Amino acid sequence: MADIPYSLYLLLSGALFTIGAIGVITRRSAIIIFMCIELMLNAVNLSFMAFSYHYKEASGNIFAFFVMVVAAAEAAVGLAIILTVFKNRATLNVDQINTLKY
Amino acid sequence: MEAALAFKWFIFLSMGLVSLFSSLMMITRRNPIHCALWLIVAFFCLGVIYLTLNAQFIAVAQVMVYAGAIMMLIVFVIMLIHLEREAVEKAKFSAAKTVGAFIAFILFLEIAAAVISYRVGGQTTGVTDLAKGAAGTVESVGALLYGKYLFPFEIASILLLIGIVGAVILAKRRDE
Repeated sequence: MADIPYSLYLLLSGALFTIGAIGVITRRSAIIIFMCIELMLNAVNLSFMAFSYHYKEASGNIFAFFVMVVAAAEAAVGLAIILTVFKNRATLNVDQINTLKY
Repeated sequence: MEAALAFKWFIFLSMGLVSLFSSLMMITRRNPIHCALWLIVAFFCLGVIYLTLNAQFIAVAQVMVYAGAIMMLIVFVIMLIHLEREAVEKAKFSAAKTVGAFIAFILFLEIAAAVISYRVGGQTTGVTDLAKGAAGTVESVGALLYGKYLFPFEIASILLLIGIVGAVILAKRRDE
């Protein structure tokens, strides 16, 4: 039995990324869109790790680590923005938060 | 060796299927709390998959940072906003959503076609001169992080500091 080919990991990563993208497109609640973006970041991390394992090269782990750092900073600021929007507009539906469009 | 590989396959396939299923549940549930809990399941499964990739450090960081810290923040925010007032999203069928989801599915087909048809070349021995299978251990990652990547690491800490300051400023009440 051979080792798991890295292309399987890449397929899983692509499937998770697509599921996250579908969620961003179809859901209208800002916080759920936020969660879908986190899922997409994780899918990208998975492909980083798959390449890192394939090439026996630890730099992929470092990239995944930095993606996590950026995701943490993004979570802090993004959730603060979501809270502020909800305080001012009393809704999280992204179709109704459209002041910047006009 | 054979049994270990079979076990690895079993772990990968089961965890991959569970993560796919739970992320599908995540984008289809109406209640945001259910979405958050399904996403935590998906993050745990991804952590286990990182273990099959011999990346212990990232696996632990995944569970601690994503499943622990970030999802805790998200659940906390869901608790702070009043769901009963916000009302749980209605199941509204719209053509734009269907077309968007279909185009996103085409994106998956493109990714799959690229992965299947293309074999990446290059040397598979690694540039950082590691023993076989040691690419993801805490030792090798730490040596890289505090050596070659020390400057980006410091910038990341400044980024986190800016994130904290920004969150405090945004969430501060302005009623003075």
